[in-house]
Amino acid sequence: MSIAIFAIISIIKSVAVIFVLLTAVAYSVWLERKVSAHIQNRWGPTRVGPFGLLQPLADGIKFIFKEDLTQPYVYKTLYIASPIIAVVFAITAISVIPFGNSITIGPITTYLQITDLNIGLLVVLGITSMGVYGVALAGWSSNSKYSLLGGLRASAQMISYEISLGLSLIPVMILAGSFSLREIVNAQRHLHWNFFYVPFGTIAFFTYLISAYAETNRTPFDLPEAESELVAGYHTEYSAMKFAMFFMAEYANMVTVACLSTLLFFGGWLGPVFGPPLMQALLPVLWFCLKVFFFMFLYVWVRWTLPRFRYDQLMAFGWKVLLPVAIANLVVTALVVALRA
Amino acid sequence: MLHLALFLFFGAICVAGAVNLLVQRHPINSALSLVVVMASLAGEYLLLGAEFVAAIQVIVYAGAIMVLFIFTIMLLNAGEEERTKGSRVAILLGIPGVAIGAVLVAWTLLRHSQTASVPMFALPGVPRDIARLLFHDFLLPFEVTSILILIAIMGAVVLASRPDAVARPHHAEPAQQPREVPELVGPGKERG
Repeated sequence: MSIAIFAIISIIKSVAVIFVLLTAVAYSVWLERKVSAHIQNRWGPTRVGPFGLLQPLADGIKFIFKEDLTQPYVYKTLYIASPIIAVVFAITAISVIPFGNSITIGPITTYLQITDLNIGLLVVLGITSMGVYGVALAGWSSNSKYSLLGGLRASAQMISYEISLGLSLIPVMILAGSFSLREIVNAQRHLHWNFFYVPFGTIAFFTYLISAYAETNRTPFDLPEAESELVAGYHTEYSAMKFAMFFMAEYANMVTVACLSTLLFFGGWLGPVFGPPLMQALLPVLWFCLKVFFFMFLYVWVRWTLPRFRYDQLMAFGWKVLLPVAIANLVVTALVVALRA
Repeated sequence: MLHLALFLFFGAICVAGAVNLLVQRHPINSALSLVVVMASLAGEYLLLGAEFVAAIQVIVYAGAIMVLFIFTIMLLNAGEEERTKGSRVAILLGIPGVAIGAVLVAWTLLRHSQTASVPMFALPGVPRDIARLLFHDFLLPFEVTSILILIAIMGAVVLASRPDAVARPHHAEPAQQPREVPELVGPGKERG
């Protein structure tokens, strides 16, 4: 395949994936509002479109037309750059996520993935580490006490839980023998999902899930941005479109975590496949999307069920409980795999 | 051809970031320029075929160490540095001196180095090969380095938990004299 065709196909794939991702982010807000409403025995958005389905569109229009206050005392360059940094790194992580097997249209066969790196897992971890900058710089550049405290707390929490996040993913890599996300999914064929690999896969899954909830600043770890605690934490001083970008970054991180959970522990796109070749190429995408939807629902469900941790409880839990569990799981998995080989 | 273009691209970003680090007055801008330098170095490593090292460079250096730099700058509230009057002699002699020194070093290295260029992917860069080197061929240095890091961690914990390292002891603040409350001049007083 020549470079030109490769470039055009990559551009088409990138545009399609980013379009779907941004729509998913907007509708995950709708999902959150509806599910939280039903958990709290009320209706949620019902007026804008059937079942409130056009509510994200209305929210988008609102954000565009809202007054964009910029305080005079902020550190201008970083104040404007922080939401951009947050959104860019949140959306970039989707570029190594595989959605299915390869698809053949005419003479062109291509993977349903923007790029299949053989260090895909490390790339995702690297991009989430870089996402801390958006939060830390937003809190600092806003030049306000709530923002600074919220930003420092949020970024300290994120870097603390990154460690157990990475360590909980290493057993998955050991079991699959590769860092490539496609290989890890292919190693889970025939219902050998990593989640069912008791006890190492299950412990790794729960450690990963808890670390990821803390990493994306979601309840029960959302103290840095809870209204009753710190006004709004690091995005207190932001309004209109910049706030919308932080919002988008948070939900895009949630989507990335949900995608990684399905790929690494629940078999990704593996599921019953039948029918003509085009359907055989697209049916795995359906299974992938259903599993990701389940994880997004789980995110919302946990948020509106559990109370939040206090900050010292949060940090103690991350360093004194989660990290030793992740390390122990890693050591024992490595021993078992080495002894079995 | 594309390889050379990408090398020059990442190299230019790296040098621009490094120069910006020196030129900026506020330390946070310098720290962010250093992040740009680290990221462009990761790009250079990718061009060499060392994918694992590139990923680890981003995760460890740009994603953790530089975050801690930025924490320090934020917590210590380091402001913009003052601009004192530069010495003209230093500029007149310094800039040509640096240029000559750099040219000398580059010429010596290029002329007398024993290394030759290597085809891409000839050296180990895959995680499997790096793991074999790290845990099989160089196991003893690896374990000694980990003990060194453990000693550093213990030293940091000891330094941070010393009783006289705490800035202000909480119990030692006596009840202070109440501040002078200025007399409120109200309508009653004026009339009196």
